[in-house]
Amino acid sequence: MKNDAVVKHNTAKVSSSYRVRLFNRYQLITGWRFFVFFIAAVVLIPVGVVISSLFSPAGDIWQHLLETTLPGLLTNTFWLALGVVAGTSLLGVSLAWFTAIYEFPGRKFFSWALLLPFAIPAYVTAFVMLGIFDFTGPIQTTLRNWSGSDLPWFPDIRSRMGVIIVMTLAFYPYVYLLARNAFLTQGKRSLEAAQSLGYNRRQGFFYVTLPMARPWIAGGIMLALMETLADFGTVAVFNYDTFTTAIYKAWFSMFSLSAASQLASLLIIIVFILILLEQQLRAHMRYAETKRSQYASRIKLRGWRSWAVIGFVMVVLFFAFLLPVSQLVFWAVQSFSTGFDQRYAEFLWHSLLLATFAAFITCMVAIMLVYAARRHHDSVTRAAIRVATIGYALPGTVLAVGVFVPIAWLDARLSELAAQFFQVDTGLIIQGTLVTMLIAFMTRFLAVGHFPIDSAMQRITRNIDEAARGLGLSSITILRKIHIPVLQSGIFTAATLVFVDVMKEMPITLMTRPFGWDTLAVRIFEMTSEGEWEQAALPAVTLVLAGMIPIILFLRQTEK
Amino acid sequence: MLRPVDSEILKKNIPPHLGGPQNRWFGLSVRARTLVYNTRNVNIDDLSAYEDLANPKWKGRLCLCTSKKVYNQSLVAMMIAEHGEAETEKIVRGWVANLATDPVSDDTRAMEFVAAGRCDVTLVNSYYYGRLMKKTPELPLAIFWPNQNNSGVHVNVSGAGVTKFSRNSQAATKLLEYLSSEKAQNLFADVNMEFPANPEVKSDETVASWGDFEQNSLNLAKAGELQTAAIKLMDRAGYR
Repeated sequence: MKNDAVVKHNTAKVSSSYRVRLFNRYQLITGWRFFVFFIAAVVLIPVGVVISSLFSPAGDIWQHLLETTLPGLLTNTFWLALGVVAGTSLLGVSLAWFTAIYEFPGRKFFSWALLLPFAIPAYVTAFVMLGIFDFTGPIQTTLRNWSGSDLPWFPDIRSRMGVIIVMTLAFYPYVYLLARNAFLTQGKRSLEAAQSLGYNRRQGFFYVTLPMARPWIAGGIMLALMETLADFGTVAVFNYDTFTTAIYKAWFSMFSLSAASQLASLLIIIVFILILLEQQLRAHMRYAETKRSQYASRIKLRGWRSWAVIGFVMVVLFFAFLLPVSQLVFWAVQSFSTGFDQRYAEFLWHSLLLATFAAFITCMVAIMLVYAARRHHDSVTRAAIRVATIGYALPGTVLAVGVFVPIAWLDARLSELAAQFFQVDTGLIIQGTLVTMLIAFMTRFLAVGHFPIDSAMQRITRNIDEAARGLGLSSITILRKIHIPVLQSGIFTAATLVFVDVMKEMPITLMTRPFGWDTLAVRIFEMTSEGEWEQAALPAVTLVLAGMIPIILFLRQTEK
Repeated sequence: MLRPVDSEILKKNIPPHLGGPQNRWFGLSVRARTLVYNTRNVNIDDLSAYEDLANPKWKGRLCLCTSKKVYNQSLVAMMIAEHGEAETEKIVRGWVANLATDPVSDDTRAMEFVAAGRCDVTLVNSYYYGRLMKKTPELPLAIFWPNQNNSGVHVNVSGAGVTKFSRNSQAATKLLEYLSSEKAQNLFADVNMEFPANPEVKSDETVASWGDFEQNSLNLAKAGELQTAAIKLMDRAGYR
């Protein structure tokens, strides 16, 4: 895909100097723009397949939903989204601030350890937390035996608050990672600037540093929010009904693909509005890095402040990582003799392979999109990029169908052609290969890959581009020689996020994988859907460990 | 999708209520959806039928797993076939009113709640009971076969059929016939602690120890036809 665009770009480039001048307004489809439109189309097709359902009748299911469950699940979804946004921004921003600006004992260790929860899928945190804190779990059982009563005061984890807490613990790393990136590169300096203008530290934080970090924080929150809206595994374990639950139910229980797609279309529209709002918020901002050099020196924390920060960080780390992983390991050891076999090597290999490919493709595409946006400031290109990153909001199953339907169609046409011109029976060409999966993953995770690279690009001043172009460098050379080296940390962030996200992803993997091609996530699904949480622990631990590899690599690269 | 299969052997081995219309599919192993209760807190004489769990005497004593599980949907669908919608809705509302806690995510969780004393009785598939008791035999749980004086225990099947465009329908039919035979039936059912669909075949020892029971003989195809109606009914009754 990349080469294709490069070739197209270069041919367009040859004659562009006068042509662009002549036809500037009409020449929308050249070079980089062409690539953006192509990717937007790839994403738009599945989204279009889903949205086109809006016009097909879904019988009386809507009437039924309106009268019964819809009001309740809209309220549920609303509070869940609000709770997770509040929770992840509070945790993410505060932790990022502490580890980026201050110096306290263990700071280095904590700053990378706080990213580890990202390796645990939310649906895994969910069943582990229920296993520990629910009525039948060890804590309540022990307390009951000890006090002899039914513990009416013990908070019910199977509640709205419970889901919000679990998702916050699972998704805060998005905000943490991006906010920290912003604070590390500009936080201390902006704070100093604010202080030199007469603000105290707290005022400086709220009036200068925080607003300056807004695009990064908003980006992180957006990712957490979209994960929340598309989540199915966590809410299923909690039996907490949301919009996604309704989509799955309409499809798999009531066999109404049209009702399911219509519900999904509404979700897409809501997310699109959110994205537009967010873009509007930062439309008038332009961020440029003043000087990319050594990080400013940190503020030393002493006495009770230092202990308070350490205590806070440890509590988060304990609940988000240590506790769930310990419980998983405990279960995995218990079920090891019955659960382990040689297929695990294969599951692991498939998971790693898939995640690597998907991360590579997604980052490549994201770089091209970001670069296209830098070259072309027109609203059409921008809108196309927005479209290209909308897939993140689609619930996995719906997206899987959206991708599958056109590919099945294409496959049929291809084998018709082959039969007609070459007299060969090709059978299925694309279906049942990894291509379907990779397209689906690219569609879903492009937003995850795009954001970190995009915000890194925004911090390169445009003067550099102009200077380079003035020296006669072609745009591809500028990208390769100037931008990519500077974008490195953004690309690394993107690759890590996509890699881990793909490994954790469940529904798309389940529905589009080649027959019998199982991954760790598939294995976890098979076990949890049967209620066998102890058996699910073994693949889950393996998944968490495998997910930690890129995170640690990433940290070694960025934490100097 | 599936074609009718005309086979004397299958007709003989698989009872008609476990098969689809025009012999398009055949159930090959049977799982019963039945009651499991806490042996310490429940007097067995108090248990009788699915419908009875709506009786106020079970207030705060019932646990159910989510209505999103297809097993609950087909149980309610079969009840609609038997009692009609209005009567069934009344029963399901009664269940919801008797719940001790919000519906849980799966059958195993429901039984754990019963064992821990959060509630006294629940509705599960027989093999989940088998698996749980194999792992933790000390739990104070036992199976009760409901509706033995009237309609019988609700069963589900896992089954198979021959696809319409199969190129090898004869071989496929042969396979189905083999799967319904005594040898294959045990292979099939015992692994997952299910009951053989062929009534001539004896079940696994553990499974047999749960006692004999009368199955509901209403044709299972009804559960499929009425599934959407059942889901809507459960939505109306507030069964999540």
